[in-house]
Amino acid sequence: RIEAAPSRYSTDAKPTALEDITSYNNFYEFGTGKGDPAKYAGGLTVDPWSVVIDGLVDKPGTYDLADVIKGQPLEERIYRFRCVEAWAMVVPWIGFELAGLLNRVGVQPSAKFVAFETLVRPEEMPGQKSPFIDWPYREGLRLDEAMHPLTILATGLYGEEMPKQNGAPIRLVVPWKYGFKSIKSIVRISLVDKMPRTTWNMLQPSEYGFYSNVNPKVSHPRWSQASERVIGSGLFGGRQDTLMFNGYEAEVAGLYSGMDLKANY
Amino acid sequence: MMDGVNRLARKVPTWVVYLLGLVPLGYLIWGAVAGGLGPDPVKAIEHALGERGLQFLLASLAVTPLRRLGLNLVRFRRALGLLAFLYVALHLTAWVWLDMGLRFGEMATDLTKRPYIIAGMVGFVVMLPLAATSWNGAIRRMGAVAWNRLHRLAYVAILAGVLHLSLLVKVWTVETLVYVALALGLLAVRLVPKAGRARPAGV
Repeated sequence: RIEAAPSRYSTDAKPTALEDITSYNNFYEFGTGKGDPAKYAGGLTVDPWSVVIDGLVDKPGTYDLADVIKGQPLEERIYRFRCVEAWAMVVPWIGFELAGLLNRVGVQPSAKFVAFETLVRPEEMPGQKSPFIDWPYREGLRLDEAMHPLTILATGLYGEEMPKQNGAPIRLVVPWKYGFKSIKSIVRISLVDKMPRTTWNMLQPSEYGFYSNVNPKVSHPRWSQASERVIGSGLFGGRQDTLMFNGYEAEVAGLYSGMDLKANY
Repeated sequence: MMDGVNRLARKVPTWVVYLLGLVPLGYLIWGAVAGGLGPDPVKAIEHALGERGLQFLLASLAVTPLRRLGLNLVRFRRALGLLAFLYVALHLTAWVWLDMGLRFGEMATDLTKRPYIIAGMVGFVVMLPLAATSWNGAIRRMGAVAWNRLHRLAYVAILAGVLHLSLLVKVWTVETLVYVALALGLLAVRLVPKAGRARPAGV
């Protein structure tokens, strides 16, 4: 069991069952089916693991995973999780604030964005044989989003090490954005001065914006985002209303004051 | 060889096709009751029903091209078509009830704004007159020519069906492409001029 302090940022909503969290995943590196990651991620080598931290930082380098985590206070963060496909979960992550790591490596004043990349290893990630996605999976945040205390790098869930299908050994969690922003199995973190390219935006720019904040008032072009189905609520669980910024409006709305959220979807 | 298959097919009662066609539904109901449909049983049910609908629709549309190859399964076409309608109707029911949780306001918006929902609904609506005229009396009353013309709506249904699927998926998969290719293929062969027209009538 991983020792982790409770957090004031945790929701008091009931966490989704571990079995559901670990068997219902979008992790296209292992296939497009929700069950594919649980089925195929077992063969992924997560030890040794290293993360390249580069770009506009004072201490660039290839960091061993243990070194990335070193000195960072682990907390349990029970977060709402909202997928762009209009389903939701509650996940008890274990992780630390991304800001802690960024401060340690020293962000230079010219840095405006953080870019992330997932591992590319087709021999262990069978979904990467698909030609429909330009691997590696890429994601990014604006620097102030990355530095926000809600933004964490997670290394575990339910008190245990991160299951492979959930993005072992280290993944991003940004609870007020659609799930695809929370990139899994990270091997590169780059501080950059321009908005980085991101995988879903590259695939379908009209549907997946760089920001992708959870917003019930801005529809996905093909479906509504006004409500969501809760995984684990059974056959007749119905839907619940989706909350602005996935319920984290009080904490993060200030990041976007004055911005047109329809244009910057 | 083909004659042997045709002879065998003539011996199979049509209720066997209905019964076999209901097996996937029974399997799904069993899964729902026993909790074997995974973390998101609603999506599992919805997808399975929709996919069966497409499959039976494709099967019913394969009957005519197969006949041109010498394989006569026309006796089973009504069963295949009605099974397609059953699965599509249940797919719609699953969406309305289980997926949307009877949120009629949201569904109304979807029906005016979401192309994949509109395509799916078009597919369902055009199947209604087909199901309603699927009994022998309807063919007699309408006359074979008018009945055949009406039942070309099945072409619209399959196009709407694969469009519904294509608009829904986030990325193309081999599976989606196979459905689209089969649908377009089965419609395209109907554009090929019929060979054997010169044969005497009644053959």
